[in-house]
Amino acid sequence: MTPISPIETWATIVTVAATAVAGDVLTAGAMRRIGDLDEIRAKSGLGGAISAVVSSPMFLLGVLSMAASFFSLLFTLSNVEVSLAAPASASLTFLGNAFAAKIFLKENVDRRRWMAAIFVCAGVFLLAK
Amino acid sequence: MKHTLSPQRYLILLAVMLTASVGDTLLSHGMTQVGSVSMAHLGMLLSAMRNLWVVSGILCLLGFFASYLTALSWADLTFVLPSTAFGYVVVALLSKFWLHETISLYRWAGILLIVCGVGFVANGPSLTEHAPDEIAGADSAEEALAGAGESAATDGVR
Repeated sequence: MTPISPIETWATIVTVAATAVAGDVLTAGAMRRIGDLDEIRAKSGLGGAISAVVSSPMFLLGVLSMAASFFSLLFTLSNVEVSLAAPASASLTFLGNAFAAKIFLKENVDRRRWMAAIFVCAGVFLLAK
Repeated sequence: MKHTLSPQRYLILLAVMLTASVGDTLLSHGMTQVGSVSMAHLGMLLSAMRNLWVVSGILCLLGFFASYLTALSWADLTFVLPSTAFGYVVVALLSKFWLHETISLYRWAGILLIVCGVGFVANGPSLTEHAPDEIAGADSAEEALAGAGESAATDGVR
């Protein structure tokens, strides 16, 4: 493992979280636009539901972001200890998703959901201890 | 209108939690049997595909992605994500009671926090209602919704 500076460490961790948030928000936005998959499956069958999903450019962009997040996590793990990289990126992703869902998806992130994001974020961090 | 979930949809969320954690556990168990993979021996990844545990893990994770996308089609991201985090608790409990691993006080505290976090959102509304013009890129959304079926639009758009 090549030692890197704290700034580089946190830059790689933030990159992992940011690409993961982008992937989650783009995927969620695509699913919102496509509509209820249960209803589409009832109407057009499983093939119709799969086709509705994979033909969405927003979904494909989301999957691309998730892949970027995966590879940046691999890069991070080759330079940063897993005991810091994994919980820090997972926790940042939970908080980032709450912000991004409020801003981009216009979700009603009320006090209850903020508390959920913060509790889960802290819980994930403690689990990795 | 308050969006609450039917028992069938709670089962989808349960599938999201279980398939992710069980899939990761199966993959992890399979890869310990396959052995360490280095850049010089990437061919070992192909041989990993012949391991039953690895294949089962991949199937579970495919099931996770399908149920995760289904959940996102009728619930908010900030509702689904804390629910998926409950999978961490499942893994911790499996490791304690099945694999007989020791769970530290920190981990029990983490489990407690995640359970509380999931509890916060579990009884709340699952979906935010939007006016059509509030949805990002409403024009193309309308087109996509029309293609996907008119009835599907009623759940996400007031």
